[in-house]
Amino acid sequence: MQYLPNILFAILLIVGIGFFTKNVRKLFRNIKLGKSIDRSDHSKLRWVNMINIALGQSKMVRRPVSGFLHIIVYVGFIVINIEVLEIIIDGLLGTHRVFSFLGGFYGLLISAFEILALLVLIAVIVFWLRRMVLRIPRFWNKEMKGFPKNDALYILYFEMVLMSLFLIMNATDTHFQQANSGNIISQFISPLLANTNAETLHIIERSAWWLHIAGILVFLNYLYYSKHLHILLAFPNTYFANLDVKGKLNNLQSVTDEVKMMLDPNIDPFAAPTETENDKIPEKFGAEDIFDLNWVQLLNAYTCTECGRCTSVCPANITGKELSPRAIMMKTRDRIEEVGKNIDKNGHFIADGKVLTDTITSEEIWACTSCNACVEECPVNIDPLSIIIDMRRFQVMEKSAAPQELNTMMTNIENNGAPWQYNQLDRLNWKDEK
Amino acid sequence: MNVPTMAEMMAQGKQPEILFWVGCAGSFDDRAKKITKAFVKILNKADVNFAVLGTEESCSGDPAKRSGNEFLFQMQAISNIEVMNAYEIKKVVTACPHCFNTLKNEYPQLGGDFEVMHHTQFLKSLLDEGRITIQGGAYKGKRITFHDPCYLGRANEVYEAPRELIQKLEVELVEMKRCKSNGLCCGAGGAQMFKDSEKGNKDINIERTEEALEVKPDIIATGCPFCNTMMTDGIKNKEEEQNIKVLDIVELIVNAQDL
Ligand code: SF4
Ligand code: SF4
Repeated sequence: MQYLPNILFAILLIVGIGFFTKNVRKLFRNIKLGKSIDRSDHSKLRWVNMINIALGQSKMVRRPVSGFLHIIVYVGFIVINIEVLEIIIDGLLGTHRVFSFLGGFYGLLISAFEILALLVLIAVIVFWLRRMVLRIPRFWNKEMKGFPKNDALYILYFEMVLMSLFLIMNATDTHFQQANSGNIISQFISPLLANTNAETLHIIERSAWWLHIAGILVFLNYLYYSKHLHILLAFPNTYFANLDVKGKLNNLQSVTDEVKMMLDPNIDPFAAPTETENDKIPEKFGAEDIFDLNWVQLLNAYTCTECGRCTSVCPANITGKELSPRAIMMKTRDRIEEVGKNIDKNGHFIADGKVLTDTITSEEIWACTSCNACVEECPVNIDPLSIIIDMRRFQVMEKSAAPQELNTMMTNIENNGAPWQYNQLDRLNWKDEK
Repeated sequence: MNVPTMAEMMAQGKQPEILFWVGCAGSFDDRAKKITKAFVKILNKADVNFAVLGTEESCSGDPAKRSGNEFLFQMQAISNIEVMNAYEIKKVVTACPHCFNTLKNEYPQLGGDFEVMHHTQFLKSLLDEGRITIQGGAYKGKRITFHDPCYLGRANEVYEAPRELIQKLEVELVEMKRCKSNGLCCGAGGAQMFKDSEKGNKDINIERTEEALEVKPDIIATGCPFCNTMMTDGIKNKEEEQNIKVLDIVELIVNAQDL
């Protein structure tokens, strides 16, 4: 019976990590539903970006207040997790504070954890106030109803609880308090419990310990369903992000091949196609569903933190249009998830009569000015514009469904080489006009 | 006004230093034509050996590409590139950030490798080389705010060249709340210029104009014919056209020195 806690702990750990692994594999599978795109170039530059933007949080501080608070939570999260290592060893071996043999250094470490835990607690409370009391508009756009709103709050509550548990655990650890090394914050909590008997203290301490580790495992498994997945995916996402200048839209090689053929006077347009050409399934132009997006765009969707920074700077959204770049990413993720569940159920994807363009409407995609403000602003280098452009491509090249005025503009370009109805031969008239 | 075409140059066996890519707005839009002419005045004054394509120029394809019509874009791009390559053009300067972006970033993959500069970058280089001088003159002491064109700013990270030129005019350069990489779009990009806006509660150019009005400028400086139209419309809408002028940077330079 003496080993019961150790066994329970091991089971908890295995189940927690097992589920997490399962979700990670699903994540890989789903991201791979996207089309291939080569992002194996410039690995040095990519590492630099990842270190600056994901590890160094360089784009977060474009908004100084939330950027600073986020850095506290982020550093706290990473550093306090060192403590988890101790918890795991203690849990498996039945030891108590196995690292305490480090003496003064251990005290220093735990002090740092305690200070960070307090700072994280404060930061998270401020985050909550920003959302719920100050009601900062970007947290209240229309896509932030239901789960997306609650998701953000759950995470904040979770962090509040985890940090409190950590401090309570230390405050109720009589030996630890007696050693008086590292209890820099918890020493102020423990007097509050001075009248509690030793037995109760021990029970509180043990409960806090168990809840803390169980909480961490639950949190780990909650990630997959949450915007909080960014704490993992921010790294690959910034690594694989587009490195070109923002103004450059990708070139559709399949179109180039066709255009070159059309313009080549040596090719007989009426010649019977060769056999290999016949065999090729003509590529769909642009994106109708997630399968038409590339895997980096799908990775983008899973990485989105739903922070709404993109939407808060989007000229279309600011002026009341339907378009919200954040919603583009959220709808994309929802559709990937829907497809993923379809695959879970059927073993492979069975057409469900739905597509991404059901939820991302034309009104949204035609409101975009391609200004790149969203791309510039995103703290984890997500590119909502690329999805919008791919969807326009589908609308125009597959469906001929551009807004009427744009069709006129395009006809003009085709006929007279300008978006308006002017004759190309008049192009130099300005020279002699008064 | 001396505006040689590439065809004329070729006939004389000459090769210009730069090709001035005028663009559709610069060729046909009444307001933008003034910008085109102002730029030519400076080129003439500085004795820059330039030429235009004239009737051989055609839309860069930017609005088609941003509308999702990759076919039309590539048709335009490939035939423009053929013309430019036939003239062995090496360096292109344009007063339109959309043409600038497309030629610079989207033509190379289709066989068009040119050095492409926005007119403000080119003027800055002329200034640095001592080929032009810019002095205060008419605008000395005026409050000027610069509206960053998305396709010059965020798209290509050119923020300083236009500002350095403005500062040479001995004016007070005031920045709007959203400027440089945070600049707010005028509402014309992504082919919006050619369509009605989608349903909303405000036009983007009005939002941007209000922001410009906050800094109480005498002049709103632009570097893009479309931004110019949008901001001019915004100022008219606010009935401020008597007090505030919307001018391209080249117009500022030309007017200041009465070229
Ligand atoms: S690029 Fe489009 S979606 Fe992004 S901020 Fe600009 S208008 Fe909004
Ligand atoms: S796309 Fe980027 S900026 Fe927009 S909500 Fe997602 S993480 Fe935030």
